[in-house]
Amino acid sequence: MSTQVPETESEPEQEQELEQSSKPEHQQRRLAEKRERQAEREAEAKADAAADEETIHLKVFRYDPEVEGKKEPRFDDFHVPFKQGMTVLDALMQARDLFDSSLTFRHSCRQAICGSDAMFVNGRQRLCCKTQISELSEPVRVEPLPHQEVVKDLVVDMEHFYDQMEAVEPYFQTNDLPEGEEQRQTRENREKVKMSTRCIWCGACMSSCNIAAGDNEYLGPAALNKAYRFAMDEREGEDMKQHRLQIIEQEHGVWRCQTQFSCTNVCPKDIPLTEHIQELKREAVKNNLKFW
Amino acid sequence: MHEHDVIVVGAGGAGLRAAVAAHEEGADVAMVTKLHPVRSHTGAAEGGINAALREGDSWESHAYDTMKGSDFLGDAPAIETLCKTSPDEVIQLEHWGMPFSREEDGRVSQRPFGGLSFPRTTYAGAETGHHLLHTMYEQVVKRGITVYDEWYVSRLAVTDHENPEDRTCHGVVAIDIQTGRVEGFKARQGVIIATGGPGQAFDHTTNAVSCTGDGPAMAYRAGVPLEDMEFIQFHPTTLPSTGVLISEGVRGEGGILYNANGERLMFEYGYANNAGELASRDVVSRAELTEVNEGRGIEDEYVHLDMRHLGEERIIDRLENILHLAEDFEGVDGLTQPMPVKPGQHYAMGGIETDENGQTCISGLYAAGECACVSVHGANRLGGNALPELIVYGARAGRHAAGTDLGEPQIQTGYSAKSEDGHIDSPVPLGAVDAPEGDVAADGAAVDVDTVLSKAVEAENTRIERLMTKDEGVQHAEIRHKLQKAMTRNVNVFRTEDGLKQALRDIREAREAYEDVYVADPSRTFNTDLIHTIETQNLIDIAETITAGALARTEFRGAHWRAEHQVRKDEEWIKHTLMAWNDGKPELYYKPVILEGEEKTYEPKERSY
Repeated sequence: MSTQVPETESEPEQEQELEQSSKPEHQQRRLAEKRERQAEREAEAKADAAADEETIHLKVFRYDPEVEGKKEPRFDDFHVPFKQGMTVLDALMQARDLFDSSLTFRHSCRQAICGSDAMFVNGRQRLCCKTQISELSEPVRVEPLPHQEVVKDLVVDMEHFYDQMEAVEPYFQTNDLPEGEEQRQTRENREKVKMSTRCIWCGACMSSCNIAAGDNEYLGPAALNKAYRFAMDEREGEDMKQHRLQIIEQEHGVWRCQTQFSCTNVCPKDIPLTEHIQELKREAVKNNLKFW
Repeated sequence: MHEHDVIVVGAGGAGLRAAVAAHEEGADVAMVTKLHPVRSHTGAAEGGINAALREGDSWESHAYDTMKGSDFLGDAPAIETLCKTSPDEVIQLEHWGMPFSREEDGRVSQRPFGGLSFPRTTYAGAETGHHLLHTMYEQVVKRGITVYDEWYVSRLAVTDHENPEDRTCHGVVAIDIQTGRVEGFKARQGVIIATGGPGQAFDHTTNAVSCTGDGPAMAYRAGVPLEDMEFIQFHPTTLPSTGVLISEGVRGEGGILYNANGERLMFEYGYANNAGELASRDVVSRAELTEVNEGRGIEDEYVHLDMRHLGEERIIDRLENILHLAEDFEGVDGLTQPMPVKPGQHYAMGGIETDENGQTCISGLYAAGECACVSVHGANRLGGNALPELIVYGARAGRHAAGTDLGEPQIQTGYSAKSEDGHIDSPVPLGAVDAPEGDVAADGAAVDVDTVLSKAVEAENTRIERLMTKDEGVQHAEIRHKLQKAMTRNVNVFRTEDGLKQALRDIREAREAYEDVYVADPSRTFNTDLIHTIETQNLIDIAETITAGALARTEFRGAHWRAEHQVRKDEEWIKHTLMAWNDGKPELYYKPVILEGEEKTYEPKERSY
């Protein structure tokens, strides 16, 4: 692992502020020493960077409600050496591990299945781990998902998203189970629900949705897709399907969708979210349920 | 302080199944997990779940395949329980709505897998783990089980009796990651550890960044032995820059491995003249690394896996997911370019020693899933056997912790199971730098439950305060990177005596450096710097048990290859390695492998496929 350089434009000032704050003495001393070490590392990094052919310029959103210098949101610059195959997540991890260990973001599997590192990268919701740096124009701007409260740096509060998911009764329900063997399901029916079951709860769709941004009660594309996943599964039976349609045709349900396709555009698992919502609308109409 | 009947630590496959099982027995259950449940690493499993569901197959046949796959280091009672129970568990998953792949008649599909004598692997596309994880989380939501997500359990609250077998676990201490608050969680009946694998001890792994061996490290320091830690599975086809897994399915469909000279290495150099690319995982991993070590690797690092000749139609039909992975994580188009691959750490066969009920030698403390070792995998795990372990043993641990009688276990645990002392020819002292002041159970011989809890919370607060207020020192990332590199260099697919000793020296160095570790981020809000610092200590302890066990085992069995010992030594080595933390120092000992099953005894035979 080599280098990278956090740009110094904003940082000295920020840390100055921090030093002048009411922090205890040991913390101030610590910050001073931290700056020294950082300067050393920067010098090394610059030497390395000079030898490197290519670096990537990241502009990363920073905010921490607890730390004096970070209470006002800002962007920090990082220069990370580029490697073939490098993703936005790789770059963030380098910036954190080599330069600023307080840089905070969620990540885990690095293979697009845990759904924890959805962020707003160059103006679009993406999973950082599956976004190749080489596809982006510089500087690469990394921000937390829009329309969600920021906890710290790139971490947003997901509670509302989880609440909306739970609101659609996201679990299989049937009373008609064979003893000692599996239920039958046709291949066609499995194919029909297959894409909807690929959701990894990353929240990108919800964050991209204009309607969800303006209507906090709107169930949103992820939850409606979850409703679709069960409503269309033939194993649950007709009565349960009616029950599920009643949930999704409530005031802040499917009828709020204005078919803008933004959710479909950003979904990292290519789920046709808008189509699923449209299909639920058609089912609701067929069942002669309410319009709002 | 929070209080529940059963506390489940970790919310992947094993944890979710345990929680549902305990809840069904009427217990008040809570899950405490450092991620949100749907972020757990079970979601990354691709292959499938082995279960003898169909006519022509039998649990006995599944058990025999598993025992043979384990290179005769699995315990028969554990394996037989797994194979008998997994069909019911798979049907249970289906009844919970899991979207399995289907046959024409609407039944759950099964397919062939390595080392199986019957196509008994049930699956849901190439995303079986994702569907299993979500299906079980749905059941947890349905039952209203309490989930404390993004709470990091960092210590067990265990009484301080001298003999670990007299100790009781009364709960856990956890940090609320969002706020930095430290709180006690009292468990009236039991604590179940289900924290997954320790892959982050290596720098090239298919495991998630969160797989840091927290559960095994905590249990170890509280007095539970870790079993068979030297057995680590390396998968031959992972992407070089990330460790992302390229499924065995590529070779199954006819993918070919080439070295830098464009030679078909498996045949050209005689690694597997019959099976070629489809030899077992350990054989192919060794072949690839030999090519790299002998200068025939590409960029001195990897080989090529080529599937271009299969044709676009077939690739998209059967391996679509692989195209996405190669594109997204390596920037390579698998339709027009060969994919770079190299072996990567994949799975830990060893873990927290438990019996068939998931119970450890400490009363009230259970473990299930990859973090545990009930010894179903022995020296080598068969593909498709990890997921049934999660659900079968997760469910058993949950039921037993909730008070259900599951019968007398046949597997013995703790010091009383010891059959002989072990010896490690270590070049450096092992264990805590300033032993015996190690990180042991609650002090003061406390037996009063609330005192045990409050002392554990106090100890954790002291540790965090120390890490947070220390002004300077070393950062965890530096220690972790060095440790990971040391493990990959010397405790990898190939192991030599000198290399293992060097690794122990490197681990010691990491341990000494860790004495000086500090957390630079001063914030209590979502302080991942702090969490990763605590995880790093866990990784050091786990790395040491892996390496010491490997140095002590002077034979070649399953995934454990030793340069100086190129044969399996059944006379001497059909026994489990146990490492116990004794006053800050690891103690090595052995216990017998149980080859006697319900109706028959498994006779060790040469393992060939």
